[in-house]
Amino acid sequence: MSAPSIYREVVLDHFRNPRGAAPLLHASAEAFAVNATCGDEVRVQLDLEGRRIAAASIHGRGCAISTASGSMLAQWLGGRTLEDALRGIERFQRILCGEIEPESEDLGDAEALFDVRTLPVRVKCALLPWMTLRAAIDARGEATPPPRTA
Amino acid sequence: MMRAPTADLRSDQPAIIDVRARFPILARAVHGRPLVYLDSAATSQKPAAVLRAVLDFYRRHNANAHRGLHTLAAEATEAYEECRRRVARWLDAPDPAGVIFTRNATAALNLLARGLGHQLRAGDEILLTEMEHHANLVPWIMLAERRGIVLRHIPITGDGRLDHALLPRLLSHRTRVVSLTHVSNVLGTINPIAEIAAAARRRGAAVVLDAAQSVGHLPVSLTELGVDALVCSGHKCYGPLGVGILAGRREFLETLQPCEGGGEMINEVHLDRATWAPLPQRLEPGTADVAAVVGLQAAIDLVEALGPARIRAHELDLLAYALAALTALGGMQILGPLDPQARGGLVSFNDPGIHPHDLATLLDARGVAVRSGHHCAQPLHRKLGLPASTRISFAVHNTRADIDAFIEGLREARRTMARGAVGGSPA
Repeated sequence: MSAPSIYREVVLDHFRNPRGAAPLLHASAEAFAVNATCGDEVRVQLDLEGRRIAAASIHGRGCAISTASGSMLAQWLGGRTLEDALRGIERFQRILCGEIEPESEDLGDAEALFDVRTLPVRVKCALLPWMTLRAAIDARGEATPPPRTA
Repeated sequence: MMRAPTADLRSDQPAIIDVRARFPILARAVHGRPLVYLDSAATSQKPAAVLRAVLDFYRRHNANAHRGLHTLAAEATEAYEECRRRVARWLDAPDPAGVIFTRNATAALNLLARGLGHQLRAGDEILLTEMEHHANLVPWIMLAERRGIVLRHIPITGDGRLDHALLPRLLSHRTRVVSLTHVSNVLGTINPIAEIAAAARRRGAAVVLDAAQSVGHLPVSLTELGVDALVCSGHKCYGPLGVGILAGRREFLETLQPCEGGGEMINEVHLDRATWAPLPQRLEPGTADVAAVVGLQAAIDLVEALGPARIRAHELDLLAYALAALTALGGMQILGPLDPQARGGLVSFNDPGIHPHDLATLLDARGVAVRSGHHCAQPLHRKLGLPASTRISFAVHNTRADIDAFIEGLREARRTMARGAVGGSPA
């Protein structure tokens, strides 16, 4: 698919109106990352109740793809468990890196970003919020990698 | 020998068609569109004559240079040394022994910095600038860390020129080397090298010039610029990847300690000691990329056939056209001086409404190749307060039609990115 398919309405909407961008006053888990090659920055905050994500905030500055990806992720995270999150991160990363083909996924609006597979130079942009989320979860010291599905 | 086009290179002149025809890659399509290559500052495209020269070497003259007495070895050696002499004439280096072939300009700068290290003591100063490419920052940073040398930087002014009025304050009795760029790969600024070099020499400092963005675009003369050495990359000047040049006054290069040892750069070798060869071999260890050097000579043929005056006139025309078109779009932040005469053939800019990476992707979808990022100049971007910028850069094969395609792509990118906004207007 040609590049502009990435810039479809749903992606631009998430870019212009990012969900979950308001910072949390109290975060149980947090991580910050910068992509030095382009200056994309993202901060991921989680408010946890046990292993359930009660609220997520993903905010920063960067390109349309990384901003939209963060917004889609924040929207998807609400009410999910840490295990759900880690499974979702792994699926999203493996799809974008071309390791697996998307099947019937459950990744919400982020599925609009699967086409980034055809733009290897932009994969890092799309993955930035998800990798930072993983770092936030790992930093809590509780994360165990989800079992790999077939 | 290359036939020189007689007319000038504007898009409506026959000469530009002749020039474009020499570059095979311009025939290819990208995403179904004709390639519009505006990233020559990253690497230039290659004329067929350069490609033929490289292949011809491998097909008919391939051997290791300076090793062996057979015919092929003699031919390879002669081809290599003939290019060295050619480069010396081209860059006005007084002595071909002062022309060293490296892998690229970065390797040449590392060779210089490491080679000078032994002469420097803790507290000695190296003067650089805020606009330098990482290749002319990091080797000196490494030297500073190893030997306690102090790095100082000429700052830039609001319009992207060097604030060289500060030079008397920045040069001290401890300044040993001044190293700076001829043309900034981000701002496009042409720096007043002769003036800065004279001031540096009065202080007894050596002057090194990063000419990576000026050779092939502006006339570059070691002698006229008054520098002790310059570096450049063959691949940015229509030559193959894999060849760079360090050219300098022989007396200056003689003071460099060789930091890479092996074959070629020696005179006598025992198990526990070795003596070095004279210049230039002393600084060219191992097997040379003779094929790339031979290709470089064909690139110099093109540049000299067109002539520096005509190349400069062509790029000035494109610069004025591009600057006017970018300004007319409205809302563009153009980096560097707005006067075309003050800049080399590149323009970096920032559209506040579109992140550079998104812009590059959207332009690529139309076959337009630009560069987006920090362009290996993070300190400069930090000073400018920008995480990244987008850059277009020109070569002899570019036309006003290329700029038209780029501008149309910019317009469409703005329309695309505005679609998600409430009210549909760009941010």
